[in-house]
Amino acid sequence: MSSVSPAESSSVDSAGIHPVVAGAAPGLYRVLADGPGETGGVLAGREVPSDETLLRLYRAMALVRAVDERMITLQRQGRISFYGAATGQEAAVIGSGLALEATDWVVPALREGGIALLRGLSLSDYVNQLFGNGSDIEKGRQMPCHYGHRDVRYVTLSSCIANQLFHAVGISLAARLRGDDTIAVGYMGDGATSEGDFHVAMEFAARLRAPVLLFCQNNQWAISTGVRGQTLAATMAQKAHGYGMDGYRVDGNDVLAVHALTSHVVAEIRRTGRPAFVEALTYRVGAHSTSDDPSRYRDESITERWKERDPLRRLRPLLEARGLWDDARDAAFISDVAERLKAEVQRAEADAPPSIDSLFDDVYAAVPPHLVAQREALRGSTAHLKASSH
Amino acid sequence: MNDVTEGPKATRTLNMVQAIGAALMQAMEGDDRVVVLGEDVGKFGGVFRATLGLYERFGESRVIDTPLSEAGIIGTAIGMALYGLRPVAEIQFADFVYPGFDQIVSELAKYRYRSGGHFTCPVLVRMPYGGGIRGGLYHSQSPEAYFAHTAGLVVAIPSNPHDAKGMLLAALKHDDPVILLEPKRIYRASRGEVPDAPYEVPLGKAAVVRPGRDLTIVAYGAMVSVALDAAATLESEHGRSAEVIDVRTLVPLDLETLAASVNRTGRAVVVHEAPRTCGYGAELVASLQETCFWRLEAPLERVTGLDTPFPHTLEHYYLPDTPRVVSAALRALTA
Repeated sequence: MSSVSPAESSSVDSAGIHPVVAGAAPGLYRVLADGPGETGGVLAGREVPSDETLLRLYRAMALVRAVDERMITLQRQGRISFYGAATGQEAAVIGSGLALEATDWVVPALREGGIALLRGLSLSDYVNQLFGNGSDIEKGRQMPCHYGHRDVRYVTLSSCIANQLFHAVGISLAARLRGDDTIAVGYMGDGATSEGDFHVAMEFAARLRAPVLLFCQNNQWAISTGVRGQTLAATMAQKAHGYGMDGYRVDGNDVLAVHALTSHVVAEIRRTGRPAFVEALTYRVGAHSTSDDPSRYRDESITERWKERDPLRRLRPLLEARGLWDDARDAAFISDVAERLKAEVQRAEADAPPSIDSLFDDVYAAVPPHLVAQREALRGSTAHLKASSH
Repeated sequence: MNDVTEGPKATRTLNMVQAIGAALMQAMEGDDRVVVLGEDVGKFGGVFRATLGLYERFGESRVIDTPLSEAGIIGTAIGMALYGLRPVAEIQFADFVYPGFDQIVSELAKYRYRSGGHFTCPVLVRMPYGGGIRGGLYHSQSPEAYFAHTAGLVVAIPSNPHDAKGMLLAALKHDDPVILLEPKRIYRASRGEVPDAPYEVPLGKAAVVRPGRDLTIVAYGAMVSVALDAAATLESEHGRSAEVIDVRTLVPLDLETLAASVNRTGRAVVVHEAPRTCGYGAELVASLQETCFWRLEAPLERVTGLDTPFPHTLEHYYLPDTPRVVSAALRALTA
């Protein structure tokens, strides 16, 4: 720990009264060209990963896209209660997720479910959670999209905004204390940067030198509030500077850029043991959730422009040019995912709800006397409810 | 100088804050997963000196001076516990816990439930609480009801050095998050024999600290000694025999011990220094009414703090005291 206080480390400013000039807003890191007619091109000097990685990135994004589309339909049909899709943000999700080791921990926000799948959460567990059925590992306690599984080190989220960032900080500190070469990633959206917990988590991460990555998917919308309704800072990344932390900014619709930048930053975190912040600039082309209607509050012609930067659309020409993907393979992939989803949904929907007794499990490690009494009382007064449940 | 006895059952006379410090030292020696974090807990040893000597012994990676944020302290402790550590988060005064309240209520209390048991966070949150130290509004409050109202938290309050050490060590073996509210008014005033060896006072068990026949006085924290003084007065000046029960763990409550006593005496006074409305005494009285109604001989009495913010100059008017408990007991005894 430095013994020099900020006051001691400052030299006297002889130039007079003027505000502190922070580091300039960082530029956007990009690998895939984004100009008109350039789709599929790679910027000069940028490396392209192996064919295997390219395919893995594309397939994982396409899976997220297909699952999201299916689930939004299911919600509209009233078969699940809610869904928060990552449509248009798949590059930020998958590009960062694939940059992590299996031993690293993911502390997600709402739109990182694709990372859980990427890390091995089964489609069954994913769909069971959406239905909150008797096979749901969370026993039907949470709204859809609140996945979590210890085996894949994907921490079960709450619906609260920015709360989870401390947990990533704490996990990473604990890992270091145990001598493990493990980092944690705490995800957030742009709205989260207005919460007190965001600022304190940045402070704690920096001050306690936590080997943590704080990753902001800036999709420019928090329900109806645009990013300019959250902050007047030019970028989210430059906020890191104020906490003495490195901040990076990446084109969040360019999966190769997200993957390359996150891999680099994660390696730096492992090497230095210091935290870092990444802003992935993207756009929520869909609604906040199935309960939302963006046409009421924003200019959807801008959304259309962002749809042209669709992460799948931007990567696919590169794959096609390398002979890794084509229409036939695409159709086969889509139909395979559709088949698997159909089977999982059919099974999950037919599954029984969690047992009534399960309401009282996991409140504490053991069921305490007052909950034993309430469980007994509830068992004797549920006859009128059984007919209407599910 | 402390009184010291030797041998396997060696004890020494400690005050409550020394007992807590001794417990932390032993817990950290016995389990390298135990870490301590909070404001001024490291080099300084804590504003109440509860963590004295830990930093020198275990270093800055296990005794962590944090930036000044209760949300950060509790949230970081949660993350550490998710990874498998046993963090002890110190909140300097319970009055300042509210920036961390969301972390306690929304995260700490609910991780096990919301994850179906996949993720648990056995964090011990220590907080000095309560009045009687001329601390005014913001160094005196008793927030136990807020925590008792939240499913998933164990809420415990010791009333003496022996229990403080034993409950703290039990909390660090417990798999649930524990809110340990420490009555700072008696941090130094309460002295007693404390075994040197590690031991546990089980959570979820009340203690009959004075047996009696005619009436039950239920209290916790600093109010236990007030209740004991009242029982002594009732005996010496009024010839009545009061049983005093120290609740010790508010959640889960040992209703069995309380109800057994009240079913026998038929009369009860509940004492706490927190405000009356929706105070923990309301839960005690409701539970005793449900359990003991047909054996009650008199209305259940409450002696509590006032439904006002906590005052400075007039705090002795705010706090329950022995004469007030005696008066309530006499009302119950003559109803």
